[in-house]
Amino acid sequence: MPTFFVNKERVDIASSVPADTPLLWILRDNLNLTGTKYGCGMALCGACTVYIDGQPTRSCVTALSALKPGVEITTIEGLTTKEGKAVQAAWEKLDVPQCGYCQSGQVMAAAALLGKNKRPTDKDIDDAMAGNACRCATYVRIRAAIKDAAKTLA
Amino acid sequence: MNPMRMRPRHAAAMSRRVFLKSTAAAGAGLTLGIYVGDALAQASGPGRTVGAAATGSFEPNAFLRVGKDNTVTVIVKHLEMGQGVYTGLPTLVAEELDAAWSQVRVEGAPADAARYNNLFWGDKPPAQGTGGSTAIANSFEQYRQAGAAARAMLVAAAAQSWKVPADSIQVKAGVVSHASGRKATFGELADAASRQAVPSGVKLKDAKDFVFIGKAAPRTDSKAKSNGTARFTQDVKLPDMLTAVVAHSPRFGQKVNKVDSSAVTGIPGVRYVVEIPGGVAVVATTFWAAKKGRDALKIDWDDASGFKGSSDAMMAEYKQLATTPGKAAKSEGDAAKAIDGGAKKLEAVYEFPYLAHAAMEPLNCVVKLTQDSCEVWNGEQFQTGDQFAIAKATGLKPEQIKLNMLYAGGSFGRRASSQSDYVMEAVSIAIQLASSGKPGIPVKMVWTREDDMKGGYYRPMYVHALRAALDANGNIAGWHHRIVGQSILAGTAFEGMMVSDGVDATSVEGAATLPYAIPNLAVELNTVKNGVPVLWWRSVGSTHTAYSTETFLDELAVAAGKDPVAFRRDLLAKHPRHLAALALAADKAAWSQPLAAGKTGEKRGRGVAVHESFGTVVAQVAEVTVDKDNKFKVDRVVCAVDCGLAVNPDIVRAQMEGGIGFGLTAALYGKITLKDGEVEQSNFHQYQLLRINEMPAVEVYIVPSTEKPSGVGEPAVPVIAPAVANALAAATGKRLRVLPLSLT
Repeated sequence: MPTFFVNKERVDIASSVPADTPLLWILRDNLNLTGTKYGCGMALCGACTVYIDGQPTRSCVTALSALKPGVEITTIEGLTTKEGKAVQAAWEKLDVPQCGYCQSGQVMAAAALLGKNKRPTDKDIDDAMAGNACRCATYVRIRAAIKDAAKTLA
Repeated sequence: MNPMRMRPRHAAAMSRRVFLKSTAAAGAGLTLGIYVGDALAQASGPGRTVGAAATGSFEPNAFLRVGKDNTVTVIVKHLEMGQGVYTGLPTLVAEELDAAWSQVRVEGAPADAARYNNLFWGDKPPAQGTGGSTAIANSFEQYRQAGAAARAMLVAAAAQSWKVPADSIQVKAGVVSHASGRKATFGELADAASRQAVPSGVKLKDAKDFVFIGKAAPRTDSKAKSNGTARFTQDVKLPDMLTAVVAHSPRFGQKVNKVDSSAVTGIPGVRYVVEIPGGVAVVATTFWAAKKGRDALKIDWDDASGFKGSSDAMMAEYKQLATTPGKAAKSEGDAAKAIDGGAKKLEAVYEFPYLAHAAMEPLNCVVKLTQDSCEVWNGEQFQTGDQFAIAKATGLKPEQIKLNMLYAGGSFGRRASSQSDYVMEAVSIAIQLASSGKPGIPVKMVWTREDDMKGGYYRPMYVHALRAALDANGNIAGWHHRIVGQSILAGTAFEGMMVSDGVDATSVEGAATLPYAIPNLAVELNTVKNGVPVLWWRSVGSTHTAYSTETFLDELAVAAGKDPVAFRRDLLAKHPRHLAALALAADKAAWSQPLAAGKTGEKRGRGVAVHESFGTVVAQVAEVTVDKDNKFKVDRVVCAVDCGLAVNPDIVRAQMEGGIGFGLTAALYGKITLKDGEVEQSNFHQYQLLRINEMPAVEVYIVPSTEKPSGVGEPAVPVIAPAVANALAAATGKRLRVLPLSLT
């Protein structure tokens, strides 16, 4: 019975859950954490981004069997870091989202970037965020909001 | 995106006929609808006094509710798919109600075409739906009237209670007050207000008194969409709900010969396998089980049925058709003669591929079907069409079909299906379960990304052939434009309304409505029929007509030795809105100054395009850099928009920014191809989306206007590709006539 932590809560997965089940669907269907989104199922769009031991990871291609026992998984629902809060505040302030479907993944990726880089340039932002597709193309505001969040963290 | 739209002039005439009327809803207090024309006959007269709503809240009309908790809930009749309507319509109500923005809440309207019809789609019969960039435009007076009526009732209640004249009472930021020092919140007055007569013909505010319209109102959905709590169809959970994944036919219209589900039944979680029109559905307790089950199906598809075309061969056929005359969509003067007699002649043939909508939320729909009801949870874009289709399939009455409108994770037209295709697929699964003795099980049908991309209902493929001639003075003597492609509306409920004399208005819009003063102009259409399902796609006909007309005109400008902005300006004398947008974009882009040079080995170029769609004029100047390997990057876009009065300038800017990015995806990457009837693209590795590192800097400027608002969801999209292509031509001298754009 694999055991890990999701947003600091211990999760025990019953042996009846197939080992090839992607983490995304464990989160969504079993744990009812629907903030993490299904977009492509092939790690191409970033809508399913969560942290595994702090590392941004595509949950749609991360099988249950690939999770080491005891890992810490953070989803958008459990994003409580100061970077996460600053990013969400900036997202709201600049009205970044349009349809919003990709934005959980965008917020997770942006907060991870600020965790590593306090003063990202446009190039840093583009490099870090290029894996997260937004069909509404809210990119102009994503760039601005990341910079705004960086300012509030300084 | 829906073609059932009217031009603003017509819309204005209609909105003057809008008035308020009240009807008593059984036991639920007052319901006040806004109807058009003959619907009055069904109404009891205005001025009716009514009791409090069952909940104790004050529901002055179908568009808002004032709670005792001092919230103002605006019932929004249009789908929020990113364009900001859950902010825009509440802005209109809050403005006339003089509410505080912080007290405003939003609720999606139920399906009820009599109350919530799109006023730009006519009223015979009324139809509820979102599209054609009409949401703000058709609601502009309706939602303001709703707010104004509620405000008058709150004021009347305060006047009665305080025994002061109503006109001595003020309302500001959600507080009703009097010079005597008396004050009350909306919540405190809600009960008493609900007992007031519903006023008719309340005077709306003067524009100079606006506190929200044209100013700032933060989006009502930003928070929920930044913290993962926004609820999309994909997120719906219901007791005992099952998930369905469908095996779709490899070719459009292909039939099932035989299904072998022996490998499926052993998969844990799989409950049912049902055959439906167009495929086989596996219904399971989780998505993963349903998908594994779907993938394990062995289906013998009937090879004799289905569409077997290949897009390369189809394109060749379209090009051949472009050499033969079509049906006249527009004819002024004698274009052929003028071109023959011209001093300088130009010809060009353009190719546009099929495009998928590819919203981030793959299509899905939740259905719960019982013997006497059908409840649907969906990013619902076309209530009336879907309700009709479901009624027909289930034998239920339209009023037994309840549609819950949730946020859509993008749509770009796809969720307003002319055939209700994906909704009916979900309903078909529910019908199969019900008919095998399992009624009432809620089923969430989920399309995978691959299902979504291969599922058809594309922007059609087109070929355009253009010919023109300049006279000795460099003026355009004649312009001949022939379009070849499928009709979006043929075979749909809209055919009678929007297709006349064999010309689908959505195939030629933007071309047949060319604003330039050209004395001899002909636009023709050759409509093709084939088995690929097609649909409106964000900005519809303009997605291709803006490209061919604006790049061809640019070629003519260069051929005439004229500046592209000046050349356009001289031909737009009768179109002041085009002129203003063009001038603003050119000015802000410093068009009269030379473009800064690139690094060694780089070429830079600047291009302009201007185009009207859905009553809104957008002009864009794009700056590009081409490297030594002929790869290019769009560096900067300056965009000017005239959308009448900008109800929410920040959302207008957001729609321009996003529209440019959406249009760039099509310009740089968008292409769906078929081989022997099978779609060759399946996911984002083969159908790329623009990424943040490819997004240009965008500046948006709004032309000041006091005209009624027109839409902003679509009009930025079609302008960017021609602006970029003209910039590439300026940089390299090369004219690109095949989409997506490539210099290599």
